[in-house]
Amino acid sequence: MRVALFITCVNDTLFPGTGKAVVSLLRRLGCEVDFPQAQTCCGQMHLNTGYRAEGERLARRFAEVFDGYDAVVTPSGSCAAMVREQYPRLGVAPPPVYDLSEFLIDVLEVEDVGAAFPHRVTYHPTCHSLRGLHLGDKPTRLLRRVRGLELVPLPGAEECCGFGGTFAVKNPAISAAMCADKVRNVMDTGAEVLCAADNSCLMHIGGTMRRQKTGVRVMHLAEILDAR
Amino acid sequence: MSVFIGMPGDFPTNAAKAVQNSQLRYNLRKATHTIRGKRATVVGELPDWPELRAAGKAIKDHTLRHLDRYLVQLEEAVQRAGGHVHWARDAAEANRIVTDLVRRTGENEVVKVKSMATQEIGLNEHLAAEGITAFETDLAELIVQLGDDYPSHILVPAIHRNRAEIREIFLRRMGDAPRDLTDEPAALAEAARLHLRERFLRSKVAISGANFVIAETGTCVVLESEGNGRMCLTLPETLISVVGIEKVLPTWRDLEVFLQLLPRSSTGERMNPYTSTWTGSTEGQTFHLVLLDNGRTTVLADEVGRQALRCIRCSACLNVCPVYERAGGHAYGSVYPGPIGAILTPQLRGLGSDLDASLPYASSLCGACLEVCPVAIDIPEVLVDLRAKVAHPRAERAGMRAAGWVLAKEVRLAKAQRLATRFRRLAPGRLPGPLSAWTDTRDLPEIPEESFRDWWARQERRGEGKASS
Repeated sequence: MRVALFITCVNDTLFPGTGKAVVSLLRRLGCEVDFPQAQTCCGQMHLNTGYRAEGERLARRFAEVFDGYDAVVTPSGSCAAMVREQYPRLGVAPPPVYDLSEFLIDVLEVEDVGAAFPHRVTYHPTCHSLRGLHLGDKPTRLLRRVRGLELVPLPGAEECCGFGGTFAVKNPAISAAMCADKVRNVMDTGAEVLCAADNSCLMHIGGTMRRQKTGVRVMHLAEILDAR
Repeated sequence: MSVFIGMPGDFPTNAAKAVQNSQLRYNLRKATHTIRGKRATVVGELPDWPELRAAGKAIKDHTLRHLDRYLVQLEEAVQRAGGHVHWARDAAEANRIVTDLVRRTGENEVVKVKSMATQEIGLNEHLAAEGITAFETDLAELIVQLGDDYPSHILVPAIHRNRAEIREIFLRRMGDAPRDLTDEPAALAEAARLHLRERFLRSKVAISGANFVIAETGTCVVLESEGNGRMCLTLPETLISVVGIEKVLPTWRDLEVFLQLLPRSSTGERMNPYTSTWTGSTEGQTFHLVLLDNGRTTVLADEVGRQALRCIRCSACLNVCPVYERAGGHAYGSVYPGPIGAILTPQLRGLGSDLDASLPYASSLCGACLEVCPVAIDIPEVLVDLRAKVAHPRAERAGMRAAGWVLAKEVRLAKAQRLATRFRRLAPGRLPGPLSAWTDTRDLPEIPEESFRDWWARQERRGEGKASS
């Protein structure tokens, strides 16, 4: 099976650790991972903000770059949902993208990835993973098998954190109010770590928590699953 | 659509003000979460909900595709039943038709059944200017009217008011309210009941909307909770119903689907207390149906946007929307607030004003609205489509073009990343311009020493990995 990693522009630039964790995890599970270096961005920011021409160009480029792979694995539920849901509307045939947890559970059929992470963790499912990809309990099934990890439920988990891409700067007051409620719910769990499968949402929630000096860390799912 | 309702600024400005109002936040959160929970329970009881939802969508899509035919069929059926049919191209025409009909009765007072279409065209304001007083009879609409206020929710228009505020409004504006009125819900309802009973008995003309109109029989249908609507529909000698052309259903059989979808989605009830149907004129009552376009045919012509016409005004999308919950209805500046308003208002009114151009962005695209919509309107899809039609601010356009240029070639992206890495120590804590909105409440992530792609290239060169690229 030819597996390609789509790192996403945000992870590539700001969160390379997540990409390294995905590579290390997939190799450990016996996958050969390719990183097509011509990749840049799926076009989500442009398309969702109303810049269709730029977004479409990026979508076509994405489809060319990842043409011929059996699976394109990405550590972003939002970008995966973008490719799967919106590309067909643009007349672009979507390559077979998988969010990391989908790929692990549905394709590799593993739940126990051999990770150990002895911490109290709560999980934010993120909107596009939840309502776009319908990941359901796949990410938490993976987390439950991590040695030493105590998974505590997040109240109001299914509610948006208020990131929403450019929404965060176009409607900052509402975005911040949504995040304030999310942070309060995270604090109520008493977790040391907030985990999610999307670094964009974590950048927003984590940035707010750091500003408030809460002491709660944010970690991408891949990094916990790669911890030993 | 001509009527402006609510706050005067664009959505972000209005929302930023509203979100500071802690009383409003509390009222909205309590009310939306209560209805949201009730809806989830009663929808969860139906094992065939997905099928019902698909049927609702299919019936609406079919009807909209053949709307020309069904509207003519409806007109013929209403006329056969002794009713009069009037066609209104826009708000002005509809208002003129209704005013003339009321004038012809010689009356200068009308009672009203809760109706979105008449609010959309600003009928009450128009009638007032013509010397005709319209009395709202839905309890919440009465509260809004007495308070010289605007509705902030489709189903519960006074959602932004709590009972203490309602008591205060009644004491101030309802002449026959008892002086010792308390803020107990039962006492408030009783005061309104006595006040309205007087109006029902006195009024000779009633104005309503309709939730559905059946083409095959010409029957209008209104679903309500209080029975006040039924008073208006049955007592007066003249009944005028203003109905959007998208409210048509082909047959009575189709109604079966919507009588299940609507109450469960709107009030979270298995069945609403009052369902009234009427067909044409009856002994003692003359009936007029005013069919309203007011932008709907333009919406119908839009391949993506037309799905908004499936809307049955249940408000389920408002009650789950995290943005509506914090901004409230007035921030949307329209009788249609919340997610459905964000796609309906700019389509009906156009994207010309700052407010209407900001509405497609009044969403984080979280998708909660689509999940609960009983006719499966893909609100995020329409929002994104509308965003592509908005005139974008110049600075934003320049930034997006630049980003598009960088992302068009991997070498450009790699160079930009290396540049960011080189100057990472100089990264400001606060961003300039519109991006300062990010750093006002959030810390920026640290720029890493090396991008992922540079790390990959380096480990490839070293031959560490097994990867081939």
